[in-house]
Amino acid sequence: MPTHPILDYLWIILLLPLLGSAANGLFGAKWPNKIVNAVAVGSTGLSFAAALEAVREFRQLSPEQIPWVKQYFSWIAAGSFRAGFDLQIDQLTVVLLMVVTGVGWLIHIYSTGYMAHEGGYYRFFSYLNLFMFFMLILVMAANYVLLFVGWEGVGLSSYLLIGFYFLKKSAADAGKKAFIVNRIGDFGFMLGMFLLFRTFGTLDFVALFDKAGHWPPEAMGQLGTFTIACLLLFMGACGKSAQLPLYVWLPDAMEGPTPVSALIHAATMVTAGVYVVARSHLLFTHAPTAMLVVAIVGCATAFFAATIGLVQTDIKRVLAYSTVSQLGYMFLACGVGAFSAGIFHLMTHAFFKALLFLGAGSVIHAVGGEQDMRRMGGLSKKIRWTYLTMLTATLAIAGFPPFAGFFSKDAILLNAFLNEYGGRNIGYALYGLGLLTALLTSFYMFRLIFLTFHGKPRYDEHHVHVHESPKSMLVPLMILALLSIVGGWVAAPALMHGPDYFTNFLAPMFGQGGAAVAEESGAYDLELWLVAVAVTTSLIGLAVAFWMYLKRPSKPEELARSMKGVYTTLLNKYYVDEFYAAVVVKPLLWLSTNVFWKTVDVAGIDGAVNGIADSATALGDKSRRTQSGNTRSYAVWVVVGAIVVIAAIFWPLLRPATGMVP
Amino acid sequence: MNMIPTNYYLVLSAILFGLGVIAFVFKRNIIVIFMSIELMLNAVNLAFVAFSQAMGKLDGQVFVLFVIVVAAAEATVGLGIIILTARNRQSLNIERVDLLKL
Repeated sequence: MPTHPILDYLWIILLLPLLGSAANGLFGAKWPNKIVNAVAVGSTGLSFAAALEAVREFRQLSPEQIPWVKQYFSWIAAGSFRAGFDLQIDQLTVVLLMVVTGVGWLIHIYSTGYMAHEGGYYRFFSYLNLFMFFMLILVMAANYVLLFVGWEGVGLSSYLLIGFYFLKKSAADAGKKAFIVNRIGDFGFMLGMFLLFRTFGTLDFVALFDKAGHWPPEAMGQLGTFTIACLLLFMGACGKSAQLPLYVWLPDAMEGPTPVSALIHAATMVTAGVYVVARSHLLFTHAPTAMLVVAIVGCATAFFAATIGLVQTDIKRVLAYSTVSQLGYMFLACGVGAFSAGIFHLMTHAFFKALLFLGAGSVIHAVGGEQDMRRMGGLSKKIRWTYLTMLTATLAIAGFPPFAGFFSKDAILLNAFLNEYGGRNIGYALYGLGLLTALLTSFYMFRLIFLTFHGKPRYDEHHVHVHESPKSMLVPLMILALLSIVGGWVAAPALMHGPDYFTNFLAPMFGQGGAAVAEESGAYDLELWLVAVAVTTSLIGLAVAFWMYLKRPSKPEELARSMKGVYTTLLNKYYVDEFYAAVVVKPLLWLSTNVFWKTVDVAGIDGAVNGIADSATALGDKSRRTQSGNTRSYAVWVVVGAIVVIAAIFWPLLRPATGMVP
Repeated sequence: MNMIPTNYYLVLSAILFGLGVIAFVFKRNIIVIFMSIELMLNAVNLAFVAFSQAMGKLDGQVFVLFVIVVAAAEATVGLGIIILTARNRQSLNIERVDLLKL
């Protein structure tokens, strides 16, 4: 019997960041930055090491020991309901664990350089470690209830970090917006959990999926238990992963410090929705209607967000819309049944999108806090390493071989092409829109690169002293750049008739995806054709961006003038925020102000309480006048009182004498 | 035996008590007010003694002794207050004693 030092004590992995967070949060204010660094980076680094060891031990487990579930203590027990502090390790968790701890650790290191001159240094790292703790709970939980703890916890950390510069009103508002929009999704998520418990009597993953597996799948168009539960869970995923119609918080979340955007709002937390859908894949495959909804929402979001990204001028906002778009891709993959492709894209996206954000942070750092790309340009020579690493990430996201994004994106497009849910025509439509999105992605990403790094400098060269970032920021960039190149190679042999290691690794959970099925039926040529089409598309995007922003720099403006309507609509993000403000926020504010605040609270509750108090005061005020302080008036009162008492005693005796009573 | 009727005593008692009340309410000098209280007490004592004799019981007379004792105690305390008031205010006018209020 082999021993598993870490697998038996899985809680070590998540306890380390919590301890780091507590230490920095409680004592960090008095510590110099070096100690805060050591605690924050050390705790996440140790957590990463523990996770690596856990994965090594996991590889030695026999298939029947997977999923590896450890029950530590019973947390909630009421009637037949039980939710324990149970942690679980399986193939899906392993992938997420590596991404969260690995990328998280790199971003911690980067932050020590990026945040060096900011106030609230200890506070930042305390929050960041707290986020790591909750994210690890989320991915390692063995039941929906504990998963929900992590789910809400990362929401809290996200709120705290978006509003890190809380003296700035826009940052505080963005934090609140993220929290409230997520609340809408969480509402659905909770209802989904309740429905699952009501139906299956448990929320533990192993027991729940075991029971659900024995149920017959529902038909397309049928609105049964599975479909409703899945749609409710997906509602939660839409909130957390910023999908239509709840994506509005993510672009605003860019108010937070850039490492936060990289870690929480690109690499890890926003992929939690994809994780939940993949985790619940057994429920989703039982509900074809829900699968179709997931695919359509994902595909629509991917396209919608990409179009907005075309015209944004804030470097971080372009990346934010790009993130929304790429998350849409992941949901598209899940929706067409290719969960492993979705998780694969989640992983590669974590590498290159974290790199893009960190690179953007390095650029912002270099030009002294400027985020508008119209005031950058020509930076490639001055910040060489930042430029090279960001270029790598751009090539990866645009889908050029042999970069990571190429493999994951092609897996998704291929699976969309072969969609099993809702017929082939829907599959072709999803593929077409996905391909168009790939074109837009390539275009807006190279637009970002050309505007930022090429052409003539448009910043004030006398005042802005452009400088390369310190090593603590560049080293994580380089590691992530390396991962953005090689991260996809695990799936590379599949293109050469070889095994797809990533899909095979996840196969015990998801089975072989649609792509593998296609290969068996001899559609191998099809895959090569699709790859050729996708790469050509990316090249077109690159070429158009090159032509518009380097060869003919006046062209974008001409285009914007000739298509003014389209341009302003895109620039104003389809007026979705304004639409929500008019349809949801304003009526709600009106209702809260006029009904709940002014009528119920002020007039009703306060009115009753204050009314009683006021009448008592008024009565006291009146009776106060009897106490004049004049001793003689008191004497009169004594006499009057005596007369009243005597009269009361003698009245019955006097009455017969007056003849009033017969 | 030719006795004075009890009613005479009671009427006298009532007149004395009424005078005491009127003086108590209308006089300004604290010592006079104090004396009017004594007057009222003694009016009551007179009524007690009259009833006692009319009914041939000693209860009323015993009660009067108690009243006299209480009146003596009250006189001590009352005079103490009056002396302090006079020292603090340089006056015995009741109108000037008006701080006993909210």
